[in-house]
Amino acid sequence: MRITAPAFKENAQNALTDLHLQRALEHVEAGFIHKRAKVVAALPEFDALRDAARDIKNHTLEHLDLYLEAYEKAATKAGGQVHWAETGGDARAIILDICRKAGAKTITKGKSMVSEEININDFLAENGIEPVETDLGEYIIQLRGEPPSHIIAPAVHLTKDQVEADFRRVHTHLDAARDLSESTSLLAEARGVLRDKFLAADVGMTGANFLVAETGTSVIVTNEGNGDLTQVLPRVHIVIASIEKVVPTLEDVSTLLRVLARSATGQDMTVYNTFSTGPRRPGDPDGPEEYHVVILDNGRTAMLGNEFHDMLRCIRCGACMNHCPVYHAIGGHAYGTPYVGPMGAVLAPALFGLDEAANLPNASTFCGRCESVCPMRIPLPKLMRHWREKEFERGLAPATQRWGLGVWAYFAQHPRLYRLSTRLAIGALGWLGKKKGRFRALPLAGGWTRHRDLPAPSSRTFIDQIRDREQ
Amino acid sequence: MTDKPSQKAPHVGLFATCLVDLFRPGVGFAAIKLLEDAGCTVSVPQSQTCCGQPAYNSGDRRDAAAIAKTVIAAFEAYDFVVVPSGSCGGTIKKHYPGLLGDDREWGARAEALSAKTHELISFLTDILGVAAVSARFDGSVTYHDSCSGLREMGIEAQPRALLETVDGLTIREMADADVCCGFGGTFCVKYPELSNAIVEKKTEAIAASGADTVLAGDLGCLMNMAGKLQRQGRPIKARHVAEVLAGMTDMPAIGESE
Amino acid sequence: MSGRETVLGKVRRALAVSGSESDREAAVEQRLASPAAGVIPKRGQLEGAARVDLFCKMAEAVQAGVTRVASSDDVPEAIAKFLRQNNLPAEIRLGADDRLAGLPWEKTPNLTRKSGPSDGRDLTGVSHALGGVAETGTLVLHSGSDNPTTLNFLPDTHIVVVNAGDIAGDYETVWQRIRATFGKGVMPRTVNWVTGPSRSADIEQTLLLGAHGPRALQIIVIGGTA
Repeated sequence: MRITAPAFKENAQNALTDLHLQRALEHVEAGFIHKRAKVVAALPEFDALRDAARDIKNHTLEHLDLYLEAYEKAATKAGGQVHWAETGGDARAIILDICRKAGAKTITKGKSMVSEEININDFLAENGIEPVETDLGEYIIQLRGEPPSHIIAPAVHLTKDQVEADFRRVHTHLDAARDLSESTSLLAEARGVLRDKFLAADVGMTGANFLVAETGTSVIVTNEGNGDLTQVLPRVHIVIASIEKVVPTLEDVSTLLRVLARSATGQDMTVYNTFSTGPRRPGDPDGPEEYHVVILDNGRTAMLGNEFHDMLRCIRCGACMNHCPVYHAIGGHAYGTPYVGPMGAVLAPALFGLDEAANLPNASTFCGRCESVCPMRIPLPKLMRHWREKEFERGLAPATQRWGLGVWAYFAQHPRLYRLSTRLAIGALGWLGKKKGRFRALPLAGGWTRHRDLPAPSSRTFIDQIRDREQ
Repeated sequence: MTDKPSQKAPHVGLFATCLVDLFRPGVGFAAIKLLEDAGCTVSVPQSQTCCGQPAYNSGDRRDAAAIAKTVIAAFEAYDFVVVPSGSCGGTIKKHYPGLLGDDREWGARAEALSAKTHELISFLTDILGVAAVSARFDGSVTYHDSCSGLREMGIEAQPRALLETVDGLTIREMADADVCCGFGGTFCVKYPELSNAIVEKKTEAIAASGADTVLAGDLGCLMNMAGKLQRQGRPIKARHVAEVLAGMTDMPAIGESE
Repeated sequence: MSGRETVLGKVRRALAVSGSESDREAAVEQRLASPAAGVIPKRGQLEGAARVDLFCKMAEAVQAGVTRVASSDDVPEAIAKFLRQNNLPAEIRLGADDRLAGLPWEKTPNLTRKSGPSDGRDLTGVSHALGGVAETGTLVLHSGSDNPTTLNFLPDTHIVVVNAGDIAGDYETVWQRIRATFGKGVMPRTVNWVTGPSRSADIEQTLLLGAHGPRALQIIVIGGTA
């Protein structure tokens, strides 16, 4: 997708006044927050599992080179072909090459945020290969030409009416008089349309929630079964996965799967967890003949071993955005990057540049709710603060903001000056605000008073009153 | 009866916070009363200004560290440092050590200060063992859990426990009491529309609770919520929880004239 | 420099390692050679009939249907009955699994059996699971001519037969069985964990069954009663 994060403020403003979006966002709370809370309450070991999950990823990251090599060895032994891509461009070239050699005309896709990150769909289309998204949410937004607005529920920003309108607009081969007023009919229609695509595809591409080093296995997690039809029916299966997806053993991946579904959708376990290793074996009646895994860096190594290291533990569950008051207010598109919410605020500047994405780590109250629900115990506000530090070092913040904060910091370090100036300012404000007790408007305070009154201070500061009493 | 952990009266240095100092001194006096009633001696170092959180959260580590050093120097002599704010208290307790961690001398002094820094209400209940206050407040209140207080300082049960002992007071919990009010320090002026959207949800929840007054332990949140409630023309008042617990509710509510 | 060298080089530089440190290599080797189970919830750690009952309960909680039969001899009739009760044609597709082939199909002469992978037109597929996991009501199946993977996903209805004795308390136990069956470090093309029928909540967060995989999942559990 095209990064529009620099226009965050404008995008956020549009989101706040978008009635369809605001209505759709109401479902996030019941759909995600309550379900997660319920399923977590039902599992006494949940917090211990979070600790174990964090430890698994920490150990793996510390030994990432060795686990990647072990993974490659096992995957190759099983008949898979492992490719390495430093950049998104490298990955695109590798994938196109595989598709061309396979003579592919269409390629079905399981949901993959990494594929979104590298803009593979547009690239394939430009090169004469039709990508078909099969995850229902991804399919819907593909019809609309939109990027996903959530890393788990790509179409969470849409209402049922909008989906119906899109189906009618695009599925012109179906009876125009058909009844699509129920969601079940919409689902049935998508199932029918996509079934044909699944069966006709030459290549299927999925992401990977995890790569298991012990066995050279890629793992996908879906509720729909679309990822499975994507990877079992075509002759060629391509997996695109970034380097931090690697975990050591089948036991380790089981621990991570226990916290993933519960954190993401409030299910004890997602419907389909599929562990794939290599192409079909001799004697297998189905399965792909070729199995390719494209391992991608695209900025992860720039986070490894430094102050952003913890972000590499992310398992893309989406719990952070589900609980974020900013995400609740504006939805995902306003962020203008594939990765949204708190995890996007940390990841986007790393992957797409601080210049592009600086708004994201700034648009946070640091309420900490994200960190409190992250199954991998990632200190998201701390990481956002690190981006603000980088921004400050590079002088990227608006000049008035830097100046104002600089003045405050100067005064804070010079108590006598602070006392003198605040005595005057508070004295004046207190006198001005005495009658009403508050200000509806105040010069220089427009950011505050645009939407709320400013309580008036009393005329004498606390410290001055203390001083008065002591004298 | 309150439990006193030592024979000598604990000597508390009160870190009032810049918002209390500038906008609502009454909270500072309420804090003094609560601490003295619980058997503490209270001093208010007059060189205090700000905890440095605005600089810290804006990425200006250098200024934040410089401010932190002045706070440490002014307060480290006391037995305890008590703060009527989870946010400023959290900055001192949870963030100063990391901020000064690279400096051996100051890092150690920051750790030492952190160990004896507490938010006001939780200091009363968890350290001094205060189980009840003698105060009266006729009316219903709803309590907003300020984010830093809740998630950094573990403050949730304590204010409610003490409020339960206030004569005449009823607590009406709001939905989503633990969800951010949208203040976020500089956030509310950097992203005013976003902040407004969030505080609107908060004021809806406050109104739906049916309470006359909203309480919290952080003045930033309270000014934000009070300002929005007043702009909406709602009669709901806002006070710092310390005012109610100290029985000092004669002063006008936040944003009210005398 | 190849993509491989570039990426691995960047990883090593970021971690400030050369890649030939013997203690690191030993740590990785050790973990891979002796995989250790992590935190295993107590929930599934039941014995005998209690474990099987939990499996059934968890499966039903995610909208799978469960039929319990006393012995494998009862399976064909259980399948025929299920199809009748749900107004489905008396026709199923199965793989080459001996455990299914050896069932007394003569008891259900009106039930048509087709074999091999699904061509997308079957209404009902029948598989035999490797086992199950009581913790979450999860079935474990794997690829191969015995139980083609397409049967798990293409037919509208999926019937899965599982032996009560193969239902474990946790996933880790099943991984040990797979290692024992295929060899350490060796996997079939696909291992599938299946927990309930296919679903989506992508339209206004409303839960709907039958997204792309089977709309209905019926599990036939053989044995395991107290």
